[in-house]
Amino acid sequence: MSQRTLELEVLRYDPEQDSEPHFQQYSVPCREDWAILDALNYVKENLDTTLSYRWSCHMMVCGSCGMMINGEPVLTCKTFVRDLPDTVRVEPLANFPIERDLVVVLDDVMEKLQRAQLWIIRQDPPPVDHEFTQSRGALQKFKQYTMCINCMCCYAACPQYALDKEFIGPAVLALAHRYNRDSRDQGQSERLNTLADHDGVWQCSFVGACSEVCPKHVDPAAAIQQMKVDGAIEWWKQRLPGSKR
Amino acid sequence: MSRQPYVRPVSRTTWYMRHGRYRRYMLREVTCLLVAFYTGLMIWGLAALAGDSPVGWERFLAAQQNPVMIAVHASALIYYLVYMTFDWFKLAPKAMAVQVGERVLPDRAIVFGHYAAWVVLTLLVFWLTGVF
Repeated sequence: MSQRTLELEVLRYDPEQDSEPHFQQYSVPCREDWAILDALNYVKENLDTTLSYRWSCHMMVCGSCGMMINGEPVLTCKTFVRDLPDTVRVEPLANFPIERDLVVVLDDVMEKLQRAQLWIIRQDPPPVDHEFTQSRGALQKFKQYTMCINCMCCYAACPQYALDKEFIGPAVLALAHRYNRDSRDQGQSERLNTLADHDGVWQCSFVGACSEVCPKHVDPAAAIQQMKVDGAIEWWKQRLPGSKR
Repeated sequence: MSRQPYVRPVSRTTWYMRHGRYRRYMLREVTCLLVAFYTGLMIWGLAALAGDSPVGWERFLAAQQNPVMIAVHASALIYYLVYMTFDWFKLAPKAMAVQVGERVLPDRAIVFGHYAAWVVLTLLVFWLTGVF
Protein backbone atom coordinates (compact mmCIF):
# COMPACT_ATOMS: atom_id res chain seq x y z
CA MET A 1 0.00 0.00 0.00
CA SER A 2 1.47 3.35 -1.07
CA GLN A 3 2.32 6.02 1.47
CA ARG A 4 2.35 9.78 1.32
CA THR A 5 2.85 12.62 3.74
CA LEU A 6 -0.26 14.54 4.62
CA GLU A 7 0.00 18.08 5.96
CA LEU A 8 -2.74 18.30 8.59
CA GLU A 9 -3.75 21.82 9.60
CA VAL A 10 -5.62 21.25 12.83
CA LEU A 11 -7.56 23.93 14.68
CA ARG A 12 -6.36 24.04 18.28
CA TYR A 13 -8.02 25.76 21.23
CA ASP A 14 -7.03 25.48 24.86
CA PRO A 15 -9.62 27.33 26.96
CA GLU A 16 -7.10 27.81 29.77
CA GLN A 17 -4.45 29.46 27.62
CA ASP A 18 -5.90 30.70 24.33
CA SER A 19 -8.18 33.66 23.77
CA GLU A 20 -9.10 32.26 20.34
CA PRO A 21 -8.36 29.15 18.26
CA HIS A 22 -5.31 28.85 15.98
CA PHE A 23 -4.12 26.33 13.40
CA GLN A 24 -1.28 23.92 14.11
CA GLN A 25 0.39 21.92 11.36
CA TYR A 26 1.41 18.26 11.57
CA SER A 27 3.21 16.22 8.89
CA VAL A 28 1.70 12.75 9.00
CA PRO A 29 3.06 9.76 7.05
CA CYS A 30 -0.20 8.17 5.88
CA ARG A 31 -1.21 5.06 4.02
CA GLU A 32 -3.68 5.72 1.23
CA ASP A 33 -6.25 3.46 2.84
CA TRP A 34 -6.22 5.44 6.07
CA ALA A 35 -9.17 7.51 7.14
CA ILE A 36 -8.53 11.00 8.52
CA LEU A 37 -9.34 9.57 11.94
CA ASP A 38 -6.29 7.28 11.57
CA ALA A 39 -4.16 10.32 10.78
CA LEU A 40 -5.47 12.08 13.92
CA ASN A 41 -4.75 8.96 15.97
CA TYR A 42 -1.21 8.96 14.54
CA VAL A 43 -0.79 12.57 15.69
CA LYS A 44 -2.14 11.74 19.15
CA GLU A 45 0.08 8.66 19.58
CA ASN A 46 3.30 9.92 17.96
CA LEU A 47 3.43 13.69 17.58
CA ASP A 48 1.26 15.51 20.12
CA THR A 49 -0.51 13.83 23.01
CA THR A 50 -2.34 17.05 23.95
CA LEU A 51 -4.64 16.96 20.90
CA SER A 52 -8.28 16.45 21.94
CA TYR A 53 -11.00 14.97 19.73
CA ARG A 54 -13.92 12.56 20.04
CA TRP A 55 -14.09 9.13 18.48
CA SER A 56 -15.21 5.67 19.43
CA CYS A 57 -16.21 2.99 16.93
CA HIS A 58 -14.23 3.82 13.75
CA MET A 59 -17.04 2.21 11.70
CA MET A 60 -19.69 4.90 11.07
CA VAL A 61 -21.94 3.76 13.90
CA CYS A 62 -21.24 5.86 16.98
CA GLY A 63 -21.41 9.31 15.36
CA SER A 64 -18.67 10.75 17.59
CA CYS A 65 -16.00 11.73 15.06
CA GLY A 66 -17.87 14.37 13.06
CA MET A 67 -15.52 17.24 12.10
CA MET A 68 -14.99 19.77 9.33
CA ILE A 69 -12.55 18.43 6.74
CA ASN A 70 -11.59 21.14 4.25
CA GLY A 71 -14.77 22.99 5.22
CA GLU A 72 -17.12 20.01 4.83
CA PRO A 73 -18.86 18.35 7.81
CA VAL A 74 -18.00 14.64 7.67
CA LEU A 75 -17.34 11.57 9.78
CA THR A 76 -13.54 11.38 9.90
CA CYS A 77 -13.72 7.57 10.02
CA LYS A 78 -15.47 7.63 6.64
CA THR A 79 -13.23 10.21 4.96
CA PHE A 80 -10.23 8.62 3.32
CA VAL A 81 -6.76 9.97 2.66
CA ARG A 82 -6.88 8.71 -0.95
CA ASP A 83 -9.76 11.11 -1.70
CA LEU A 84 -8.05 14.21 -0.28
CA PRO A 85 -5.32 16.62 -1.42
CA ASP A 86 -1.90 16.73 0.31
CA THR A 87 -2.97 19.50 2.68
CA VAL A 88 -6.03 18.86 4.80
CA ARG A 89 -7.65 21.33 7.15
CA VAL A 90 -9.31 19.76 10.20
CA GLU A 91 -11.68 21.87 12.29
CA PRO A 92 -14.33 21.12 14.91
CA LEU A 93 -17.92 20.90 13.64
CA ALA A 94 -19.11 24.33 12.57
CA ASN A 95 -22.00 26.11 14.34
CA PHE A 96 -21.14 24.65 17.76
CA PRO A 97 -19.02 26.29 20.47
CA ILE A 98 -15.53 24.76 20.78
CA GLU A 99 -14.87 23.06 24.12
CA ARG A 100 -11.24 22.22 23.33
CA ASP A 101 -9.38 21.58 20.05
CA LEU A 102 -11.73 19.45 17.92
CA VAL A 103 -14.30 18.81 20.67
CA VAL A 104 -17.51 20.82 20.47
CA VAL A 105 -20.21 21.60 23.05
CA LEU A 106 -23.39 19.67 22.23
CA ASP A 107 -25.51 20.77 25.23
CA ASP A 108 -27.92 22.67 23.00
CA VAL A 109 -28.75 19.62 20.86
CA MET A 110 -29.06 17.40 23.94
CA GLU A 111 -31.72 19.74 25.34
CA LYS A 112 -33.58 19.77 22.02
CA LEU A 113 -33.49 15.97 21.79
CA GLN A 114 -35.41 15.90 25.08
CA ARG A 115 -37.83 18.63 24.07
CA ALA A 116 -38.84 16.74 20.91
CA GLN A 117 -40.17 13.75 22.93
CA LEU A 118 -38.33 11.13 20.92
CA TRP A 119 -40.08 8.11 22.27
CA ILE A 120 -43.33 6.31 21.51
CA ILE A 121 -46.26 8.18 23.05
CA ARG A 122 -49.48 6.23 23.58
CA GLN A 123 -52.94 7.59 24.32
CA ASP A 124 -54.40 4.08 24.51
CA PRO A 125 -52.76 1.44 26.71
CA PRO A 126 -50.37 -0.83 24.76
CA PRO A 127 -51.58 -4.36 23.92
CA VAL A 128 -51.02 -6.72 26.84
CA ASP A 129 -51.76 -10.18 25.49
CA HIS A 130 -50.05 -9.96 22.09
CA GLU A 131 -47.23 -8.18 20.30
CA PHE A 132 -47.81 -4.89 18.55
CA THR A 133 -47.51 -6.13 14.98
CA GLN A 134 -46.13 -3.81 12.34
CA SER A 135 -46.23 -4.52 8.63
CA ARG A 136 -43.17 -4.04 6.43
CA GLY A 137 -44.96 -1.18 4.69
CA ALA A 138 -45.55 0.53 8.05
CA LEU A 139 -41.89 0.07 8.97
CA GLN A 140 -40.78 1.49 5.65
CA LYS A 141 -42.57 4.76 6.42
CA PHE A 142 -39.98 5.67 9.07
CA LYS A 143 -37.05 3.23 8.83
CA GLN A 144 -34.83 5.69 6.97
CA TYR A 145 -35.06 8.18 9.85
CA THR A 146 -33.98 5.59 12.42
CA MET A 147 -30.55 5.54 10.74
CA CYS A 148 -29.57 8.87 12.38
CA ILE A 149 -26.51 8.42 14.60
CA ASN A 150 -26.58 11.95 16.09
CA CYS A 151 -23.25 12.87 14.51
CA MET A 152 -24.52 16.46 14.09
CA CYS A 153 -22.92 16.93 10.67
CA CYS A 154 -26.32 18.27 9.56
CA TYR A 155 -26.22 21.01 12.20
CA ALA A 156 -22.74 22.00 11.04
CA ALA A 157 -24.05 22.30 7.46
CA CYS A 158 -27.29 24.13 8.29
CA PRO A 159 -27.00 27.89 7.69
CA GLN A 160 -30.28 28.44 9.50
CA TYR A 161 -28.87 26.93 12.69
CA ALA A 162 -25.68 28.93 12.16
CA LEU A 163 -27.67 32.15 12.29
CA ASP A 164 -30.35 31.20 14.81
CA LYS A 165 -29.58 28.81 17.65
CA GLU A 166 -33.27 28.71 18.65
CA PHE A 167 -33.98 26.62 15.52
CA ILE A 168 -34.53 23.04 16.66
CA GLY A 169 -32.51 21.80 13.71
CA PRO A 170 -32.34 18.93 11.22
CA ALA A 171 -31.43 15.77 13.16
CA VAL A 172 -33.88 16.33 16.03
CA LEU A 173 -36.71 17.11 13.59
CA ALA A 174 -35.87 14.03 11.48
CA LEU A 175 -35.97 11.88 14.60
CA ALA A 176 -39.28 13.40 15.64
CA HIS A 177 -40.63 12.59 12.18
CA ARG A 178 -39.46 9.01 12.72
CA TYR A 179 -41.81 8.72 15.74
CA ASN A 180 -44.64 10.62 14.06
CA ARG A 181 -44.55 8.10 11.20
CA ASP A 182 -44.43 5.05 13.52
CA SER A 183 -47.73 3.12 13.47
CA ARG A 184 -47.36 2.36 17.22
CA ASP A 185 -47.10 6.05 18.14
CA GLN A 186 -50.02 8.33 19.03
CA GLY A 187 -48.06 11.45 19.94
CA GLN A 188 -47.89 13.30 16.63
CA SER A 189 -50.19 16.15 17.58
CA GLU A 190 -48.42 16.56 20.97
CA ARG A 191 -45.03 16.67 19.23
CA LEU A 192 -46.22 18.98 16.47
CA ASN A 193 -47.38 21.52 19.04
CA THR A 194 -43.69 22.03 19.85
CA LEU A 195 -42.08 21.23 16.52
CA ALA A 196 -44.45 22.75 13.94
CA ASP A 197 -43.78 26.10 15.52
CA HIS A 198 -41.69 29.14 14.74
CA ASP A 199 -38.48 27.60 16.11
CA GLY A 200 -39.36 24.25 14.59
CA VAL A 201 -40.03 23.21 11.02
CA TRP A 202 -41.12 26.64 9.82
CA GLN A 203 -37.71 28.08 10.57
CA CYS A 204 -36.26 25.78 7.88
CA SER A 205 -35.90 27.59 4.56
CA PHE A 206 -35.04 24.37 2.68
CA VAL A 207 -31.41 24.91 1.82
CA GLY A 208 -31.11 21.12 1.82
CA ALA A 209 -27.50 21.11 3.04
CA CYS A 210 -28.37 18.74 5.91
CA SER A 211 -29.38 15.98 3.50
CA GLU A 212 -26.37 16.56 1.24
CA VAL A 213 -23.88 16.02 4.07
CA CYS A 214 -25.67 13.28 6.05
CA PRO A 215 -23.27 10.31 6.18
CA LYS A 216 -26.16 7.88 6.78
CA HIS A 217 -28.47 9.21 4.01
CA VAL A 218 -31.22 10.04 6.49
CA ASP A 219 -32.50 13.03 4.47
CA PRO A 220 -33.56 15.39 7.28
CA ALA A 221 -34.67 18.01 4.71
CA ALA A 222 -37.35 15.59 3.47
CA ALA A 223 -38.50 14.90 7.04
CA ILE A 224 -38.82 18.62 7.75
CA GLN A 225 -40.79 19.38 4.57
CA GLN A 226 -43.16 16.47 5.32
CA MET A 227 -43.58 17.74 8.88
CA LYS A 228 -44.55 21.14 7.49
CA VAL A 229 -47.40 19.42 5.62
CA ASP A 230 -48.35 17.38 8.73
CA GLY A 231 -48.19 20.52 10.89
CA ALA A 232 -50.45 22.48 8.55
CA ILE A 233 -53.01 19.63 8.48
CA GLU A 234 -52.84 19.37 12.29
CA TRP A 235 -53.36 23.14 12.64
CA TRP A 236 -56.56 22.95 10.59
CA LYS A 237 -57.77 19.80 12.36
CA GLN A 238 -57.43 21.51 15.73
CA ARG A 239 -59.56 24.40 14.49
CA LEU A 240 -62.42 22.33 13.09
CA PRO A 241 -65.69 22.62 15.03
CA GLY A 242 -65.86 20.05 17.82
CA SER A 243 -62.10 19.46 17.96
CA LYS A 244 -60.23 19.46 21.27
CA ARG A 245 -57.59 22.21 21.45
CA MET B 1 -10.59 23.59 35.39
CA SER B 2 -13.02 26.10 33.99
CA ARG B 3 -15.05 25.77 30.83
CA GLN B 4 -14.70 28.63 28.38
CA PRO B 5 -16.24 27.45 25.12
CA TYR B 6 -15.22 29.52 22.12
CA VAL B 7 -18.03 30.63 19.81
CA ARG B 8 -16.91 31.16 16.22
CA PRO B 9 -18.53 34.21 14.67
CA VAL B 10 -20.86 33.78 11.67
CA SER B 11 -21.42 36.74 9.37
CA ARG B 12 -25.12 37.56 8.95
CA THR B 13 -24.43 39.24 5.61
CA THR B 14 -21.88 37.01 3.87
CA TRP B 15 -22.59 33.50 5.25
CA TYR B 16 -23.68 32.23 1.85
CA MET B 17 -20.25 32.89 0.38
CA ARG B 18 -18.82 30.01 2.44
CA HIS B 19 -20.00 27.20 0.18
CA GLY B 20 -21.31 26.54 -3.34
CA ARG B 21 -24.49 24.91 -2.04
CA TYR B 22 -25.37 28.09 -0.10
CA ARG B 23 -24.76 30.23 -3.19
CA ARG B 24 -27.04 27.96 -5.26
CA TYR B 25 -29.72 28.33 -2.58
CA MET B 26 -29.38 32.12 -2.68
CA LEU B 27 -29.68 32.06 -6.50
CA ARG B 28 -33.00 30.25 -6.05
CA GLU B 29 -34.27 32.47 -3.26
CA VAL B 30 -33.24 35.75 -4.89
CA THR B 31 -36.23 35.21 -7.18
CA CYS B 32 -38.26 36.69 -4.31
CA LEU B 33 -37.08 40.09 -5.60
CA LEU B 34 -38.73 39.32 -8.94
CA VAL B 35 -41.92 38.30 -7.11
CA ALA B 36 -41.84 41.65 -5.28
CA PHE B 37 -41.29 43.44 -8.62
CA TYR B 38 -44.24 41.68 -10.28
CA THR B 39 -46.44 42.26 -7.23
CA GLY B 40 -45.70 45.99 -7.53
CA LEU B 41 -46.34 45.84 -11.27
CA MET B 42 -49.69 44.12 -10.74
CA ILE B 43 -50.75 46.68 -8.12
CA TRP B 44 -49.81 49.47 -10.54
CA GLY B 45 -51.80 47.79 -13.34
CA LEU B 46 -54.89 47.27 -11.14
CA ALA B 47 -54.75 50.85 -9.85
CA ALA B 48 -54.46 52.13 -13.44
CA LEU B 49 -57.41 49.96 -14.51
CA ALA B 50 -59.53 51.16 -11.59
CA GLY B 51 -58.71 54.84 -12.23
CA ASP B 52 -61.21 57.34 -13.59
CA SER B 53 -59.43 58.06 -16.85
CA PRO B 54 -58.07 55.63 -19.47
CA VAL B 55 -54.82 57.61 -19.62
CA GLY B 56 -53.33 55.76 -16.67
CA TRP B 57 -54.07 52.37 -18.23
CA GLU B 58 -52.59 53.48 -21.57
CA ARG B 59 -49.46 54.64 -19.75
CA PHE B 60 -49.21 51.26 -17.98
CA LEU B 61 -49.54 49.40 -21.30
CA ALA B 62 -46.95 51.64 -22.94
CA ALA B 63 -44.53 50.96 -20.08
CA GLN B 64 -44.78 47.24 -20.77
CA GLN B 65 -43.58 47.81 -24.32
CA ASN B 66 -40.50 49.69 -23.22
CA PRO B 67 -37.40 47.72 -24.40
CA VAL B 68 -35.99 47.69 -20.86
CA MET B 69 -39.25 46.24 -19.52
CA ILE B 70 -39.34 43.62 -22.29
CA ALA B 71 -35.76 42.64 -21.41
CA VAL B 72 -36.75 42.34 -17.72
CA HIS B 73 -39.80 40.20 -18.61
CA ALA B 74 -37.73 37.96 -20.91
CA SER B 75 -34.94 37.46 -18.35
CA ALA B 76 -37.43 36.78 -15.56
CA LEU B 77 -39.23 34.19 -17.71
CA ILE B 78 -36.00 32.42 -18.65
CA TYR B 79 -34.73 32.54 -15.05
CA TYR B 80 -37.94 31.06 -13.69
CA LEU B 81 -38.25 28.43 -16.39
CA VAL B 82 -34.65 27.32 -16.52
CA TYR B 83 -33.49 27.57 -12.93
CA MET B 84 -36.35 28.06 -10.49
CA THR B 85 -38.68 25.46 -12.03
CA PHE B 86 -35.91 22.91 -12.47
CA ASP B 87 -34.66 23.40 -8.91
CA TRP B 88 -38.08 23.30 -7.24
CA PHE B 89 -39.33 20.29 -9.21
CA LYS B 90 -36.12 18.50 -8.29
CA LEU B 91 -36.90 19.16 -4.60
CA ALA B 92 -40.60 18.24 -4.81
CA PRO B 93 -40.14 14.51 -3.97
CA LYS B 94 -38.71 15.47 -0.58
CA ALA B 95 -42.01 16.98 0.50
CA MET B 96 -44.07 14.20 -1.11
CA ALA B 97 -43.36 10.71 0.17
CA VAL B 98 -45.85 8.63 -1.78
CA GLN B 99 -46.01 5.03 -0.59
CA VAL B 100 -48.46 2.39 -1.78
CA GLY B 101 -48.23 -0.71 0.44
CA GLU B 102 -44.53 -1.51 0.56
CA ARG B 103 -43.70 0.31 -2.65
CA VAL B 104 -42.41 3.85 -2.56
CA LEU B 105 -43.03 5.92 -5.66
CA PRO B 106 -39.60 6.77 -7.15
CA ASP B 107 -38.50 10.41 -7.08
CA ARG B 108 -38.37 10.64 -10.87
CA ALA B 109 -42.07 9.70 -11.13
CA ILE B 110 -43.00 12.62 -8.84
CA VAL B 111 -40.75 15.02 -10.75
CA PHE B 112 -42.21 13.81 -14.07
CA GLY B 113 -45.73 14.32 -12.65
CA HIS B 114 -44.86 17.93 -11.88
CA TYR B 115 -43.55 18.58 -15.40
CA ALA B 116 -46.65 16.92 -16.87
CA ALA B 117 -48.97 19.05 -14.71
CA TRP B 118 -46.98 22.12 -15.70
CA VAL B 119 -47.37 21.41 -19.44
CA VAL B 120 -51.12 20.74 -19.05
CA LEU B 121 -51.68 23.95 -17.05
CA THR B 122 -49.60 25.99 -19.52
CA LEU B 123 -51.68 24.66 -22.44
CA LEU B 124 -54.86 25.43 -20.47
CA VAL B 125 -53.73 29.03 -19.92
CA PHE B 126 -52.86 29.34 -23.64
CA TRP B 127 -56.31 28.03 -24.54
CA LEU B 128 -58.13 30.30 -22.04
CA THR B 129 -56.23 33.36 -23.27
CA GLY B 130 -56.99 32.54 -26.90
CA VAL B 131 -53.45 31.74 -28.05
CA PHE B 132 -54.98 28.76 -29.87
